[in-house]
Formats: sequence, structure tokens, C-alpha cells
Amino acid sequence: MSQQIVPVKTYLFVFASLIGLTLLTTGVAFLDLGRFNTVVALLIAFCKMLLVVFFFMHLRHSSGLVKVVLLAGFFWLALLISLTTADYRTRSWTSSPNAWSTTAPPTHP
Amino acid sequence: MSTATLEPRVYVQRNYLNADYGWRSWLFTLDHKRIALLYLVSVTFFFVIGGSFAVLMRIHLVEPQGALVQPETYNKLFTLHGIVMIFFFLIPSIPAVLGNFLVPLMIGARDLAFPRLNLLSWYIYMVGGMFTLYSAIAGGVDVGWTFYTPYSSTYSNTQVTAVAIGVFITGFSSILTGLNFIVTIHKMRAPGLTWFRMPLFLWAMYATSIIMVLGTPVLAITIFLLALEHLFHVGIFSPALGGDPLLFQHLFWFYSHPAVYIMILPAMGVVSEIIACFARKRIFGYKVVGFSSVAIAVLGFLVWGHHMFVTGQSVYAGLIFSFLSFMVAIPSAIKVFNWTSTLYKGSISYEAPMLYAMGFIGLFTMGGLTGLFLASLATDVHLNGTYFIVAHFHYIMVGGAVMGYLGGIHFWWPKISGRKYPNGWAALAAAIIFVGFNLTFFPQFLLGYLGMPRRYAFYPAEFQVLNVMSSAGATVLGVGYLIPLVYLIWSMRYGPIAESNPWGATGLEWQTPSPPPTENFAEIPVVTEEAYAYAEKKGAGGD
Amino acid sequence: MRTRRKRGLAVTELETHAAHTGLAHQFQNLDQQQDADTLGIWVFLVTEIMFFGGVFAAYAIYRGFYFAAFEGGSHILDVRLGAFNTVALLGSSLTMALSVRSAQSGNRRALVLFLILTMILGGVFLGVKAYEYDQKFVEHVVPSLDWAPEGAVLARLAPGGLEHAELYFIFYFAMTGLHALHMIIGMGLLLWLVLRSRKGSFTPSYFAPVEVVGLYWHFVDIVWIFLFPLLYLIGGRY
Repeated sequence: MSQQIVPVKTYLFVFASLIGLTLLTTGVAFLDLGRFNTVVALLIAFCKMLLVVFFFMHLRHSSGLVKVVLLAGFFWLALLISLTTADYRTRSWTSSPNAWSTTAPPTHP
Repeated sequence: MSTATLEPRVYVQRNYLNADYGWRSWLFTLDHKRIALLYLVSVTFFFVIGGSFAVLMRIHLVEPQGALVQPETYNKLFTLHGIVMIFFFLIPSIPAVLGNFLVPLMIGARDLAFPRLNLLSWYIYMVGGMFTLYSAIAGGVDVGWTFYTPYSSTYSNTQVTAVAIGVFITGFSSILTGLNFIVTIHKMRAPGLTWFRMPLFLWAMYATSIIMVLGTPVLAITIFLLALEHLFHVGIFSPALGGDPLLFQHLFWFYSHPAVYIMILPAMGVVSEIIACFARKRIFGYKVVGFSSVAIAVLGFLVWGHHMFVTGQSVYAGLIFSFLSFMVAIPSAIKVFNWTSTLYKGSISYEAPMLYAMGFIGLFTMGGLTGLFLASLATDVHLNGTYFIVAHFHYIMVGGAVMGYLGGIHFWWPKISGRKYPNGWAALAAAIIFVGFNLTFFPQFLLGYLGMPRRYAFYPAEFQVLNVMSSAGATVLGVGYLIPLVYLIWSMRYGPIAESNPWGATGLEWQTPSPPPTENFAEIPVVTEEAYAYAEKKGAGGD
Repeated sequence: MRTRRKRGLAVTELETHAAHTGLAHQFQNLDQQQDADTLGIWVFLVTEIMFFGGVFAAYAIYRGFYFAAFEGGSHILDVRLGAFNTVALLGSSLTMALSVRSAQSGNRRALVLFLILTMILGGVFLGVKAYEYDQKFVEHVVPSLDWAPEGAVLARLAPGGLEHAELYFIFYFAMTGLHALHMIIGMGLLLWLVLRSRKGSFTPSYFAPVEVVGLYWHFVDIVWIFLFPLLYLIGGRY
């Protein structure tokens, strides 16, 4: 919990950055970057989130415990997404659509 | 202030039970101890309901073609038995009853961090319970407690939405309880109570709370999406619209596997407390036991795919999950070794709580070891969907968690009620429960191995002998559960008055009168010694 | 010490006095209470991360499978409205941060003003959202309830597969709907804060409720920060 009072100027500067990044991400969407459209969009969103979390939500001045708690939240979400995706990404690694099929042995890729 | 009399059955002290009277003082209470009792009554109620479904199932299964109900009804019985027992009994039982009562006392605080959230928790739990009861009365649900799609979302025409709402709502009760415990344990420990001086029950509560807080929200969103699909016939998990049923399973089990650790970790915490007290010894390897609680909480989130080995998950993902499932067994085994080492050269006495704790160790070990059969990909192919699974999880949930719960109730009953119960009856009940339990569930290992599928309302005639044994055991088990209900209620009026520390145990909760006053401590205590300073205590008996 | 009853618990005069300063009886001092409140709201926000995270995870999986359909669906949405709403919500985060700052410095009038501004901007967001939802009915792209895309809309959706496009719109409604629900709850909390602030309940040493609601509001803003590009800006619009 922050005891120091953040100056108004800091908040206004952060706000301006957030608006700028919003305009940037909207603008970039009109360019053809192929797969990188998504990457750029997520990166910009991530930066906006960091600005809100560190400045508006005072994470800069918060205790280490709060930082660990927040990190744990993101880490757990990453666990959910990564292990679930691991299933989907590796399904095609066995060439037989039915992995337990007994009619023909699966051919290894 | 009332004056003391010579009549031994009259309370002279103001305590949390007689501080105020009337239904308003109970339903609007903010006292964590009263809220714990509200939960005690509620979870007992749901245990009876869930148990009744089980009794009906076991009666039905004495005949190979089924003796009691139609197959459609049987499906509803096993579904509601699972839902009620898991969400409305096992998950809240120790945390919401014993945890709510004991966490502030063990920590040396006057209440939890957020008493109003605590009361809200109970109301949320009751509302969820009402939705679930409604769904049972209004026709039942037949999708299994696992709600696999697309049957539950698209094809079943039972009360899926109602029970989904019930489970969704009750999840928030769990979340708020976990949140409360985490903040309380971090911020409200008494002076001198460092993390490594805390009783292991608090470590267990903390680890459980981490799971509650991180896992339950995923169940909530999954149930929400399921309800959307059921109500609007849209294909999030249904192949017809391009949805993947396995995605439902991933999201569902991401919570529901850690949920089983929500059910067992508190029981392990109880067992640590009981073993230390009735062996009159500090727990062997205190830090290791504490860290293994947290390790189970963390590793428990990495193994959910072992429920999906045969439903279409990729083999490589299966490999990862299988390996991690073996890993998660390690901290549990470590605890068993530590408890056993505590017993070694301890000064052991066999009161009822200790009987439950010892039963826990044996039965949990069996349940845990059979889990390894299931974690192994090749054997799981054979055993999945059979009664082997049913026996495995009942050994852990009933032989483990329920016995831990009963052991805890018996251990802290004098503190909660201010009365003692007759140990002879308690020991007898524990023995009956132990025998009845094994008679019910050991045959199910054999049935499963021999190939009897689970969730079937009929079976080949050659399995009848084992099924009849199991049903007979269930009867014995039911009798065993009824006995404590009788003598515990009896003790509230006729039991001998308990002193503040009838077991001679360590821990701040035993430094208060039995029952404690509303504010717990006249002055916040200062802690100067380790958690299980039994070597320093001379003999048993009150303080 | 005289005892008096309050909600079933006997409280002492000492505790009643402490209650006037905002200190709850289970805490030793305001600092401990403030610490506990802050930790509590952050733990709650983590549960919200997992809650929204679940539907984001499902969304990510299906977007991977049916990118063309999701891209088509995304192009039906009005980017200008989405961007406008993003700016409005960011503005409300600014005013929320300023209201916490006003509470911190004891400026009651500024506190009330900034809370009301936050509510106004939140209301603008919800109004635009309502209009967008209505547009979905006009375009007949509401799954199950009004799914009959035609004309230019159908031309956009057909290439990726109509049923997969319907999947996109389910996620659109589920995710923005849950977000909007959280905003509505936030508006209620803000109203509660306005009423309490006007009574002078908050001082520089006791303004935890403002901070707590602020953290909740910022979180809801962050969810939208991700929703906007994920739902509105899929692929390119070229």
C-alpha cells in the first residue's frame, strides 16, 4: 500500500502513453504483417497492462508479497494455456488418427 | 456476570456459544466460530443426502440386473452422489468447519481477516446447495459429476442448468474461504509466531487455500460456458459446431484434479496435529512436511491430463502428465514417512482421534499407491472406467479425507463444544467405520481389475459376490457413521465438561477456555516456542 | 467497562471508539487492516485472472483452429467503436487513479468529482456496448437467438465457415458480456463510494475502500485492454 502520493503529472503521462498505444495498435491492425499482427497487438496490450498495473494500481510501491501474488496468477494462467496447447499441438505427431487402432501400426513421422 | 455454582453441568463462563441467543445471533453472526458451526450443520446435512444416494446405489447393485431403480434413475443417483459429496461435503468439510474455527485461534487472532466475507461464504454455499437440491427434486441430473460434453451440454434433458448454477455459485464460497485464510495467515499471526512455528494444520490450510483461489475460478468459467451451451444450443464443446469435447475436459480437470488436493491436504494437516499430540512428540521433519503441503498444491495443478489418457488426448501430452503424476505422489509419500517416524519411539495412546489418524495413514497409503497404477499409461487403459478407479478415489476420499475430518472433529470437539464424549463409543465407531469401509471398497478394487465398468446399473452375474460384499460393507459403514452423530449430540448436553486442554496438546487454541470466548483471547498471546514442544511438557492433562 | 450488544456480539466501548476510526475489531491497528485489505483485493484479482483466463484460453485454442472464421467475425465489428470504448475506459482508469489520489490527500470534493467522472465514463462505455449488441441483432449475428447473416455480412463470414463464425460470436458475447457484468458491478461499487465519500467517511489515514474498488476497476480495464485487440483487431483490415 503506497503512502507516497503519486503526482498528477505522472498519471497524465501514463494516460497519454496508454492513448498513444491504443492508437498505435489500432493503426497497426490496418497493415498487413501476417502472423505478426497478433504478436504486435499482444505486445502492445501487454505494455498497456504494465502501465496500468505499475502506475495506476501502485504496484511500484506495493510489497513484495503483492508482486509475488500477481506473478503467481499469471504463471498459473500460463500453466493452463501451455499444457492444454501441448495436447493440441502434439496430437498430429502420431500419424494414426486413432492412436489405439489395432488395424495398422502407426508410422512414425 | 453470572456467579459460579457448585453444579458441575452449568457453564459459568461467557463463551461464544452463550454470548447471545436467538436465530438472528446465529444467522447474522460474524464470529468465525459460530460460522464454523453453521457449516458443521450444513455439511452434515449434505453428507446425509449424498450418503443416502450411495445407500440406494449399493442396494440396487446387489442384483446383477439391478434391484431397485431404473437405469436412468441409477445414472441420476451416481451423478448426484458425486456432486453432493464433492462440492457440498468434502471440499468445505475441513476448511469451512475446522479451518474456520481453528485458524484464528491457532494464529492468535480474534477472527479471520474478513469476517463478513466469511459469513457471505456460508450464505453462498447454502444458495448453491439449494439450487442443487432443487435439481435433484425437479428430476435429477444424469451426466455424472464430471459433466462430460456433449452429453451434458447438448443431449441430456435433465436438470443440467440448475445444478450447474448450484455448483457455479458454491465455487465462490470456496474462493472466499481460501482468500480469507491466505490473508489471515499472512497478516494476522500473533507476535513471535513465525512461519516455521505455525502448527502444520495452518500450513495445510494455506496450501489448500492456494488451490481454492487459483483453481476454482477455472471451474466457474467452465461451468458457465457449459451452461451457455446447454441453454443456447451453441457449440463451444460440441463437435457439431466445431467445438472440442476435450477442451471441456481440459478446463474441467484443471480445477477438478487440484480439487482432490483441496479435499486431502486439510485432512493431512489434521493428522499431523493428532499424531504429534498422541505420540507426545514433535512431528519428524516439520519443515519437510510443511513444504510438501505446498509442493502438493503446486504439483497438483500439473497432472490433470491423467484423467484424459483414454479420451483422445495426444499420447505425448499423456506422457508428460503421467510423469508429473508420479512426481506428485512423492510429497504425499514423504508425509507418510514423516508421520511414521514421529510415531517411532513416541509415547502413543489410542484415543479416538488417534485411531482415525492411524486409519488415515493406512488407507490413504493404499489409495495413493493404487493411484500409481492409474498414473501409468498402459495400466490405465485397462483400469480406466472401471471400479478400480472408484475404489482408488474412495480410499483417498473416504478412507483418507473423511477419516481425517472425523479425527479432527473428535480431537477438537472439547474445544468446540466444551464437552467430552465417551471414548469407548468413539473407539467402537472408529473400528466399525474402518471395517465397514474396507468391506465396502476393497472388493471394488477386485471388481475393477476384473473388468466391471463403473457407472453401470447392471453387471455380469459373475461379479455378484463381490458386489454383495461391497453393499454389506456399506451398511456397516453407514451404521458406523451414525454412532458419532448420536454421542456427539448427546455430549453437548450430558457430556462431562471439558477443561481448556484435555489432551495436553500444544497450540494456541488449547490456551483458551473450552469453549473459547467470542474474542478468543483476552490478550493477544506472544509465541516463544516451536510448534510441537512436547518434550518440554510434563505429562498429559489440563492446563 | 460497560458492555453493549452489536449484532450478536458484546462489544466494549473501547472497540466502539475504534470502529469510528474505521478499525475493525479483529485487527490490531489501521496499518495491519490496510495491509490485509490490499492483499485481499490482489488475491481476489488473481482469481479473476484465472476466471477470465479460462475463457481466454478456450478462445485462443479455437482461434488457432479457425483463424479465417474468427478473422471474418472480427471484421464485422466496428473498430472505431471499439477504439473509442478503449479510450473511454482508459480515461475512467485515469479518473479512478485520481480519485484514489484525492482520498489520499484528503480532498473530499475532488474525490467525489473524480468518482462521478469515473462512473460517467463507465456509463459511456456500457452505452456504446449496448449499441454494439443491438447492432449484432440488426446484422443477425447473434448465435442461437438471431443467427441469419446475409448480404455483406454473410460474404465476410462464409469463407471461414459459418458454424465456426458462430463460434467466434459466442466468444464475443461471452467475453464482452462477462466484462460488461463486471463493469456494472463496478458501477455499483463506485456509487457506494460516492455516497460514502459525500458523508466524509474517508480520511487520509482511512481510504482503503477507495483503493480496493480502484484496483478492481483497473483490473476490469486491463481485461478490456486485451479484449479489444483479440476481438476487434484480428488479422489485418486491409
